[in-house]
Amino acid sequence: MIRRLRSASGPYLAVLPGGLWLAIFFVLPLFVMVSLSVQTGNLITGFQQTFHFANYSNMLSQYHEQLLRSLWYGVIATVLCVLLAYPMAYWIAFFGGRNKSTYLFLVLLPFFVTFVLRTVAWQFLLGDQGLVLDWLKRAGIVSQDFHVLATATAVIAGLVYNYLPFMLLPIYVALERIDPSLLEAAGDLYATRRQTFLRIVFPLTIPGIFAGVLLTFVPVVSDYVNASILGGTGQTMIGNIIQTLYLTNSDYPNASALSIVLMGILMIGIFVYARALGTRDLLDAAAG
Amino acid sequence: MTSEPTPSPLRLGRRDLLRYAGMGAGLATLAACGVSGEGKKAATGSTLEQQIKAFWAGKKQTGQVNWAQWPLYIDVGKNMGDHPSIDQFTAATGIKVNYSEPIQDDDTFFAKVQPTLSAGQYSGYDIAVITNGIDFDKFTELDLFVPLDHSYLINYEKYAGSIYKHSAYDPGNVYSVPWQSGITGIAYNTKKVPKPLTSFFDLWNPALKGKVGMFADNEDLPTPVLVAMFGDPQKTGPTQWRQAAAKLTQQRKAGIVRKYYQQDYIGALSTGDIWACQAWSGDIFQALESGAKDLVFVIPSEGAVLWTDNMVLLKNIKNPVSAMKLIDWYYQPKIAAEVAEYVNYITPVPAAQAVVKADAQKATGSNRGTLSSIANSPLVFPTPADYSKLYRYRTLTNTELTTWNEIFEPIYQS
Repeated sequence: MIRRLRSASGPYLAVLPGGLWLAIFFVLPLFVMVSLSVQTGNLITGFQQTFHFANYSNMLSQYHEQLLRSLWYGVIATVLCVLLAYPMAYWIAFFGGRNKSTYLFLVLLPFFVTFVLRTVAWQFLLGDQGLVLDWLKRAGIVSQDFHVLATATAVIAGLVYNYLPFMLLPIYVALERIDPSLLEAAGDLYATRRQTFLRIVFPLTIPGIFAGVLLTFVPVVSDYVNASILGGTGQTMIGNIIQTLYLTNSDYPNASALSIVLMGILMIGIFVYARALGTRDLLDAAAG
Repeated sequence: MTSEPTPSPLRLGRRDLLRYAGMGAGLATLAACGVSGEGKKAATGSTLEQQIKAFWAGKKQTGQVNWAQWPLYIDVGKNMGDHPSIDQFTAATGIKVNYSEPIQDDDTFFAKVQPTLSAGQYSGYDIAVITNGIDFDKFTELDLFVPLDHSYLINYEKYAGSIYKHSAYDPGNVYSVPWQSGITGIAYNTKKVPKPLTSFFDLWNPALKGKVGMFADNEDLPTPVLVAMFGDPQKTGPTQWRQAAAKLTQQRKAGIVRKYYQQDYIGALSTGDIWACQAWSGDIFQALESGAKDLVFVIPSEGAVLWTDNMVLLKNIKNPVSAMKLIDWYYQPKIAAEVAEYVNYITPVPAAQAVVKADAQKATGSNRGTLSSIANSPLVFPTPADYSKLYRYRTLTNTELTTWNEIFEPIYQS
């Protein structure tokens, strides 16, 4: 009897520390944020709960441009991440040999340097007279007033660079788990390498890609560091706006409303994406 | 597949119960957690005097003081962590100074300490350095500064320049005395621009397309435009603000502005990413001293903005008397000169100029040139003629601030 009880309560006890942590540091602030988002007032006179839902429509009409831009940058950066990370992960998993862990370590190496510092380093590399462009300009390959910084290209490139490992690692794990005998069997059955890849390897790595997309797309859309360091006049992202509303304006209600809008859009997007890919079954298959 | 009994739609499952309980609690929280108003009318006149007396009565010197400062804003000795002026203070008074540099900008620092101070707790800092302007006003409106006991400010009374004793943002210096001041003007690379910039509107020159940097700041972007268009910003209202915003938007739409910068404009200017920009006086002076070439800082012909970073005591203070002694320490001409020689911003102690000049006489080699250029620089020791062209930020009430932000923020947040 006691044993049964213990085994029944075991999983709940295991989830307790993490659950409490999330309850206190995620759920509670979330409620406060939802509450704040429909209040009015300012820091000096205080914020009153007036269920002022117009905060939402005001924010949407004022900042829809930056919101759409962030989603657009997120999509492009995520797709580029997949295209770059997949071949890399493939090579490490199948051709890395004994040095696999060294290669993975190399991928993670930039993470030992602060996020902001890494991005600032790009400023020096890509400056108008920086290491890359100076050489190209002297060689006459690009025109004198050509520049990379302060363009959407620079922001997206920075996003891809900073979030690439988040895409690479899950894909690598999925590739690594593929049983080599499956590939041998495919070969025995006269499948070409192309067929083997398209019909065996790739489908088996979809859960990895799915996880990678989640880990990349969500933080990329809400990123504000790349836009403020590498961007110019037309590259402000929604994260920058929320930061200004919160820190500069102390406008907590509108900052909260905008955060909730962003969260809602991301959650709906991911839900649709998961449905479209039918990844639930795949995840179940991978787990089983 | 395991067969599970389908829950009847009317029976509440355990999961549902939890969900409903959560929603109930959520709704209760939603309705309840308004943030109560914290603004207090600051006392004035004799009430204020009594409050100050009551606060300072019986306060004693302590063995230490905690100081929050901006990065690279004080003299540095042989090692990066040495600050001779602080060491001399400790030697003279026995008070240990915990000097730290957590302030990157005023609004982030305000957002960081405000909840702690409003909750009646010690922020970890006795002294902070806050720029006059929107955030300074927020601090005072929320009553988060401790009024100073002027009986400790002996050197200040004697040596502070008269302009630094009569400010509009803190009349009578009840809560603050200046640390250093600076000018928001324009800077350019002499080798790159087609002709020297003299007017603020030279930053609108189409020849500089894509090579101009402006500030991403809701005070330093709009105020200089207001000065250039209308003179004293204090005399402007929403109509003038909209005209200034239109002027700035026109500059952005013409593709002249490359980017709205924060502190990083100086890097972009020295690497050639931009050729001309809005700039802070001390930054350009420091860049020139550390080897940058061809850079010039100018006060536009229409005038410029003078801002002041102020030493203040944060509420719920632990070491008030030691803090007052430290503040007054920096008003000795010799100490003020030590700081001025290193940071190259405007010192509130005019008498420091003579000290820097004397130091230049004594110095040898390249130090001599550096020191005498500091002593003679109008950016460190402005002349009365320079001061007459300098204006303060517009002081804004809370309602005005909302309008102001709505007008100006969309320009640099596009």
